[in-house]
Amino acid sequence: MSGAPTLALANVSKSFGAVRALRDVSLELFAGEAHALAGENGAGKSTLVKTLAGVHRPDTGQVLLNGEPVVFTGPADAQQAGVAVIYQEPTLFPDLSVAENIFMGRQPRRTLGRIDRKEMHGQARRLFERLGVALDPEQPSRGLSIADQQLVEIAKALSREARVLVMDEPTAALSGNEVARLFSVVEALREHGCAILFISHRLDEIFSLCQRVTTLRDGAWIASEPVAGLTHDDLVRRMVGRELGTLYPKEAAELGEVALQVDRLTREGVFTDVSFQVRRGEIVALAGLVGAGRSEVARAVFGVDRWDAGSVSVAGRPLPAGSPTAAMGAGLALVPEDRRQQGLVMELSIERNIGLTGLGSLRRGVTISRTAERDRAKDWAVRLQLKFARLSDGVGVLSGGNQQKVVLAKWLATKPSVLIVDEPTRGIDVGTKAEVHRLLSELAGQGIAVLMISSDLPEVLGMADRVLVMHEGRLTAELSRADATEESVMNAATGRAA
Amino acid sequence: MAKVLRWDVLVGALLIAVFAAGSLTSPGFATVDNLSFALGDLGEIALIALAMTMLVVAAEVDLSVASVLGLSSALVGSLWDGGMAIEAIIPIAVLTGAVCGLVNGLLVTRLGLPSLAVTIGTLALYRGLAYVVLGDRAVAQFPPDYTALAVNDVPGTPIPYPIAVFVLLAAAVGVVLHATGFGRALYAIGAQEQAAFFAGIRVKRIKLLLFVISGTVAAFAGVVFTLRYGSARADNGVGIELAVIAAVLLGGVDFDGGKGTLGGVIAGVLLIGLLRNLLMLGDVSTEIQSIVTGLLLIVSVLTPRLVSLVRPALKGSP
Repeated sequence: MSGAPTLALANVSKSFGAVRALRDVSLELFAGEAHALAGENGAGKSTLVKTLAGVHRPDTGQVLLNGEPVVFTGPADAQQAGVAVIYQEPTLFPDLSVAENIFMGRQPRRTLGRIDRKEMHGQARRLFERLGVALDPEQPSRGLSIADQQLVEIAKALSREARVLVMDEPTAALSGNEVARLFSVVEALREHGCAILFISHRLDEIFSLCQRVTTLRDGAWIASEPVAGLTHDDLVRRMVGRELGTLYPKEAAELGEVALQVDRLTREGVFTDVSFQVRRGEIVALAGLVGAGRSEVARAVFGVDRWDAGSVSVAGRPLPAGSPTAAMGAGLALVPEDRRQQGLVMELSIERNIGLTGLGSLRRGVTISRTAERDRAKDWAVRLQLKFARLSDGVGVLSGGNQQKVVLAKWLATKPSVLIVDEPTRGIDVGTKAEVHRLLSELAGQGIAVLMISSDLPEVLGMADRVLVMHEGRLTAELSRADATEESVMNAATGRAA
Repeated sequence: MAKVLRWDVLVGALLIAVFAAGSLTSPGFATVDNLSFALGDLGEIALIALAMTMLVVAAEVDLSVASVLGLSSALVGSLWDGGMAIEAIIPIAVLTGAVCGLVNGLLVTRLGLPSLAVTIGTLALYRGLAYVVLGDRAVAQFPPDYTALAVNDVPGTPIPYPIAVFVLLAAAVGVVLHATGFGRALYAIGAQEQAAFFAGIRVKRIKLLLFVISGTVAAFAGVVFTLRYGSARADNGVGIELAVIAAVLLGGVDFDGGKGTLGGVIAGVLLIGLLRNLLMLGDVSTEIQSIVTGLLLIVSVLTPRLVSLVRPALKGSP
């Protein structure tokens, strides 16, 4: 690590109105290093990324490229300077081929301006070889997994001779194998002399991938240090600024009668013969790889999707297929995987979102009682320690963790007897994550049956009384808390005999 | 931050400005008689705009309303010509409108077709049916008691009866939209249909109901139109769906759904009405009037977009 850093921020501050998003933050990215950016939601990570990407200009402080001060007047400027940002969910043109996406606007030409497809495909192939991945440049982008889409974005960055790659939570939506593949790509990029800024809420990934880590808290720089020698707890302490209790505090609760019973549930081509039950006071985890059909089972149970065969009953009473309204009436609640599309109406306020599941119970005569609506929201906002300015603010202004709390509030307000949570802590910070875990444990303690879908193995092992594992649309294992280990779950999830 | 410059307030201000400009430039404009006439002339558009507002808030649209109006008018004419009592004809015509709306709604909710496409189809279909029912004929000579109801003012006021009906309905729709669970559901559906569905809201049932309401109101407007002009024709009300949609969008309802207030729509309706009246007083040809409606439609869609483009650039966004 000699010479000037490829890209650096020096004492950068940035405010939006009264909010000071970054305060005197410095960061140095050297060629050949993978540098982690850690911090809770709202710590200023996105603002920092956008500053590097030329979206924001610092109020004070400087951006330095190879030691020289530069001013990015826009994203195009930053791109020109060799800074590329890979987002969590890339946006490719779905109807164009992989190669066309990579070379969009810069296609190799033949005479008369015709696109030289052969050359374009050849170049794309060489890029993928350099990254060590097998992707067909000629296939259309539609239908590519998120992991593959990210690789296309990385190849695009590489083709532009990017020197700095900023990866904003690239692993949030990836399965285990895909993460491993992404990591080997990052290694290849490092050897190639790229500087990488890696953002992830999964601390394990930071430890296994990165050489150095910079931590932000409430917009302020806390530390930049080598990863070697740091412990998990050290890093969490820097992010949160306080000691955290154990992350997974599921306490033993007395198990009551069966609350949710699923029998041989089948949706053709999606999942087959899925049977299980969840008792009151129990947390059952549904583990498996992305695409194993876990969310689909949850959606069918809740009535968002139809099922073709089998049955679902709540407290002994069968549920009609395909009706979320009936499922709600029976005491079911689903905190869905996709907060922005399914969990919340982003345009509406916090109170309207929380009220949405109680339009019937908030009625006084013909009209909705504004007071009841506000009380319901206030009550749950306080209970879940929601950080907000006004309940009439749009949920869009909240951080990811707080948005998730609104989704939880909206469902807990229905007083469910069965709570299904799909990836309840994806993309939220460590502090909020611990709160969510404590909450789930508390709910179970109050006699609610919890079915938790999660791709986060430590979370599954820490929280669940029982672990169900799915592989390619079938249940492949049911493990007690004692039998569930990282190995036994992964074996079942990948279809190897348990 | 949007509080400072609310679109419906802006349209209200524009309304006052047009009114002032009209009073200054056109001597016959600011008279009770003329304004009362202008209101009456607006009746059908105003009525249909109420139903359209609910649809557009839920991110759907019904372009077939003018054709349902025409079909209703043709039915009234044909049945009256056949000797049926007007008291029986009116419910039949209104019910037919409900069926037209039901067909639109079923096509949209059961088959999952976009309402824009479905109702362009039924726009042609229902107008065609109107011609099948009545042909090129015009039927007149309706009972004077009824035509008087469509034209006269509520005694002691300058308010024509159809507008009185509109005021009552508008009050009802205002309550529904802004104070009931049904209204909350409409905004949620329009803004993020999936999330509304996940929250247990019966999205399809609600949409179906909206289309039925829209058809019913349009057919009722067809009865009003027929009696007001004292003439039933298959081509009655051609093109007024554009004036309705222009009024709704001008009132600040987002064509993508989830946004808008009834107050804004009422201001939008009145604005359209005043402009049409002014153009008429100025002897401007119907072609020009149609151009103005078209321009208003585009402006009302374009302006909020421009504002939302310009605003972050001025303020900076987090």
